[in-house]
Amino acid sequence: MAGSAQQDRILLALLAAGAAGLALLPWYAIESGFWSFAWLASYPDASTAPATLLAAFHERPWLWPLFLGLLLPVPALFGHRRAAALVLAGGIFGICYLFLQGFLIGLRGWSLPALEAMFGPVPPQDGLGTGALVAGTIFLLLIAAGMARRGAMRGDQFLVGAIALVVASILLFVFFPIAAVLVEAAIDAAGGFSLGALLGRLTTEDIWSLGCFAGQRYCGVFWNSLWLAVATGITTTLLGLAFALLHKRTGFRAKGLLRLLAVLPIITPPFVIGLGIILLFGRSGVGTALISDLFGIPPSRWIYGFSGLLLVQTLAFTPIAYLVLIGVVEGISPSMEEAAQTLRADRWRTFRTVTWPLLRPGLANAFLIGFVESLADFGNPLVLGGNYDVLSTDIFFAIVGSQNDPGRASALSIVLLFLTLSAFVLQRQWLGRRSYTTISGKGDAGIPAILPRGLRVLIYAATMPWLAFTVLLYLMILAGGFVRSLGLNNTPTFQHYITAFGIDWGPHGILWSGRAWPSFFTTIELAAIAAPLTAAIGLLTAYLLNRQNFFGKNSFEFLTMLSFAIPGTVIGISYIVAFNVPPIELTGTGLILVICFVFRNMPVSIRAGLATLSQIDKSLDECSLTLRHGSFATMRRVILPLLRPAIIASLVYAFVRAITSVSAVIFLVSAQYNLATAYIVGRVEISDFGVAIAYSSVLILCMLAAIGLIQLGVGEQRRARRTFGTPAALGTS
Amino acid sequence: MTRSFAAARLSAVAAAALISAAMAVTDARAEGNLTIYCSVQEEWCQLMVNEFQKATGITVAMTRKSSGETFAQVKAEAANPKGDIWWGGTGDPHLQAAEEGLTEAYESSMLKDLNDWAVSQHKTGGGKTVGIYMGALGFGYSADVLKEKGVEGPKCWADLTKTDYKGEVQIANPNSSGTAYTFLATMVQILGEEDAFAYLKKLNGNVNQYTKSGAAPAQAASRGETLIGITFQHDLVTPAVTSDVPMVVVSPCEGTGFEVGSMSIIKGGPNPDNAKKWYDWALTPEAQALGAQANSFQVPSNKSAPIPEAAPKLSEIKLINYDFAKYGSSEERKRLLSRWDKEIGAAQ
Repeated sequence: MAGSAQQDRILLALLAAGAAGLALLPWYAIESGFWSFAWLASYPDASTAPATLLAAFHERPWLWPLFLGLLLPVPALFGHRRAAALVLAGGIFGICYLFLQGFLIGLRGWSLPALEAMFGPVPPQDGLGTGALVAGTIFLLLIAAGMARRGAMRGDQFLVGAIALVVASILLFVFFPIAAVLVEAAIDAAGGFSLGALLGRLTTEDIWSLGCFAGQRYCGVFWNSLWLAVATGITTTLLGLAFALLHKRTGFRAKGLLRLLAVLPIITPPFVIGLGIILLFGRSGVGTALISDLFGIPPSRWIYGFSGLLLVQTLAFTPIAYLVLIGVVEGISPSMEEAAQTLRADRWRTFRTVTWPLLRPGLANAFLIGFVESLADFGNPLVLGGNYDVLSTDIFFAIVGSQNDPGRASALSIVLLFLTLSAFVLQRQWLGRRSYTTISGKGDAGIPAILPRGLRVLIYAATMPWLAFTVLLYLMILAGGFVRSLGLNNTPTFQHYITAFGIDWGPHGILWSGRAWPSFFTTIELAAIAAPLTAAIGLLTAYLLNRQNFFGKNSFEFLTMLSFAIPGTVIGISYIVAFNVPPIELTGTGLILVICFVFRNMPVSIRAGLATLSQIDKSLDECSLTLRHGSFATMRRVILPLLRPAIIASLVYAFVRAITSVSAVIFLVSAQYNLATAYIVGRVEISDFGVAIAYSSVLILCMLAAIGLIQLGVGEQRRARRTFGTPAALGTS
Repeated sequence: MTRSFAAARLSAVAAAALISAAMAVTDARAEGNLTIYCSVQEEWCQLMVNEFQKATGITVAMTRKSSGETFAQVKAEAANPKGDIWWGGTGDPHLQAAEEGLTEAYESSMLKDLNDWAVSQHKTGGGKTVGIYMGALGFGYSADVLKEKGVEGPKCWADLTKTDYKGEVQIANPNSSGTAYTFLATMVQILGEEDAFAYLKKLNGNVNQYTKSGAAPAQAASRGETLIGITFQHDLVTPAVTSDVPMVVVSPCEGTGFEVGSMSIIKGGPNPDNAKKWYDWALTPEAQALGAQANSFQVPSNKSAPIPEAAPKLSEIKLINYDFAKYGSSEERKRLLSRWDKEIGAAQ
């Protein structure tokens, strides 16, 4: 099948861009960064030359075959009979060869000794650079163009290209790193690949020992993590339920306070609550001193270990359970309960036989979320773990401490990943298939049943002290920034803020003399770069999932969501293992942080996009398509404007999450690209709590401003629904 | 026709501007570049780099990684070294790099101004590394917390096993912390292996937590979360300075082990001349005074470098004759650690 004129034009552009990538742009990564353009001065020497010159003059002839990938599709431009196959073959060959040569020839020449023996020594290769990036993208798009020519997605080049780009980037930045971790765990001390090493690491005592039942003080780290996660899951679910019932089913007045409580964990850097607990209940904490004065209980170290971790994780994750359960409580139609009461069931019986069963799936969901959050939590165990080792911190110390054992870190990551993925799969299997819908299109004028008195008392008894405790804790954190050293020396001071955020006026204008400024600016800058990318990729994916049908769509959706179930520590470790050495060498750059942010936060962006898209009737795009717009123009002119609320929500979410994440980025920061959270952890490590708390407070305030934007975005969504949603809703009901 | 001619001229001008801009960028780097791998605390690294750039005009690219990680990186890049100099971090991996021929011998004119332990590190490494600072092990406590407890302050390693300090001693786990391994090796060298393990078992009864990071016991002690923290003395000074705690830093009476923070020139690095400039500069009293500014209170190797009031005094520390060759070797390390795991770790 010969291509249309438009297809030929696109193909020509692709080939031209690919040729530029091979013949003009620097093939290898530039040490000082491509955008500094310092490389222009020495262009084209061995480190800055494009692939053509490297192949011709710098002893790297193995780069020549790359051109084959661009030459194969050329006959397609002249109406060759098998144009589609040629384009496809060119793309596939190009991309496979690009990676093959990259993996086989690395920093030390051949990566396999056998090849060196066969072909003789070769010069080393640096990480792939701009030229390779352009060429790789072009090869990928050639594959897409070839498939479009063969009729995929009704020949729509934009759609196939978009799917190819999203799939390829997820494969490269989510699956390749995880695969690299699996391989790393099997590398033995001599540097060879051995299943024995993998098994040895996966079955070690440290992970599985049940010694705590046999008289030893501690169990294996797997069991520690599991106990903690189960306990946290239970406590957060119960408290979350209490708060949800408090909000929806009692006459509780201060609902604004509950709303604030719900957003706090999103904007609080993860270890800050642990820090607050130390200030309050540490051996020299304010609360401890009070209790010891009042009741004569001697100060102890009870917060370091399981009990402290459970307390702090419950504080941190209850709001998430509350957010999940509030939707569930709202979703129970009051008519059901009214029906029960009409049938003479008393309040307890109504609650037990109607309300509770309907709550169950929501509870399971909340439990699993608490379970996974606890497993993935890194900041709090870092601060409060004591001798109670959990997987996430053990992974960290296997890398950064004197162990420096990536193999062990990788094995621990596999165990952690196994736990979170099981929870994730369980959730989908268990909850995905049942329907607990009780709200239908029919009018629903019922009033929610009043809770039985005993339950109401219980709810107030559980939530009120907890609420007071949370408020106290945050006040504590806020106050900690304004005294010399809280609990030890309570002299008021602004010193911490001046140290961190001092501004001087020098001879050349403003001088950002505070120590926190560099990391603060880097954080804001990288988060601002990552946010639009996250939103773009996430919404594009949502569009593909919601509006298009293609082969493998379900597994595609599963894959995109899977990256949500991977704990940050595992992401961090996998990025180090995968991107520390050529062909893709990214560690120490700002780029790796941006990529990490994008692929970590993308699932939320996808969800936001899907939610909004399902409210926009398909007939709108069909109109546009009928009027002969391509899918790209339809997306740009019809869907994007309607998606605005989702865009704002994912932008702000991505921005906020990029600023507060710790676990993944702590491995990836460098001197040049240090982030706020990593800087704060560094302060905590040298017990400079004052500056750490001052910085955290400033971050929390910044986040509050961002949350204001979210609210603004949500407000717009309502308007959008009224304008566009109404006809669609009428049409379907 | 004229229009396209004008466009061509315009683009020629733009291209010229771009090229001259590029030249200007490279002009600023006329003094050349230097890539440094830094293995001390971030703040100190940054300060050193800034001051060196100011002093020489050389543009420095710095990467901060722990000494173990840096060693792995230098080894991986051996065929095509990216770094020029490796500054800081405990001496063992520097010695190992010297042994494996990853680093370059260099006789700096500054050597004569250095303390003996720094020169001895230079000799042990065959001239391929040199001591830049020294940190001695010790322990510390807050005078306030001690008063509250109403116990006597410990003065010797032996004191730490007294029942007075039950549940009051904190130290890192030697598996994850080089500091704690230095402590283990120090006790073996002072007491002999059998007695050392008997001592550690007794000490275990008083230990409330084996932390992951070596310096953590210092901050715990400064906050009163533990009475006594065992770690490097300079790490005990830092929290005292940053949060105004009356910390008492003790140099044990039996003598103590130490680490020699080192510096090595990476063999075959891209800027060997600038690496030597850094090497000489880093050994000057001025450069060595920077550590204290960044709240790092190690003992500088240059004899005439000023020592801040808060820092541990070399004259008051009784150093043992630490055998770096033996206890730095990976077989000995593995053997001692697995014995520790069996006899102390399992009985935790």
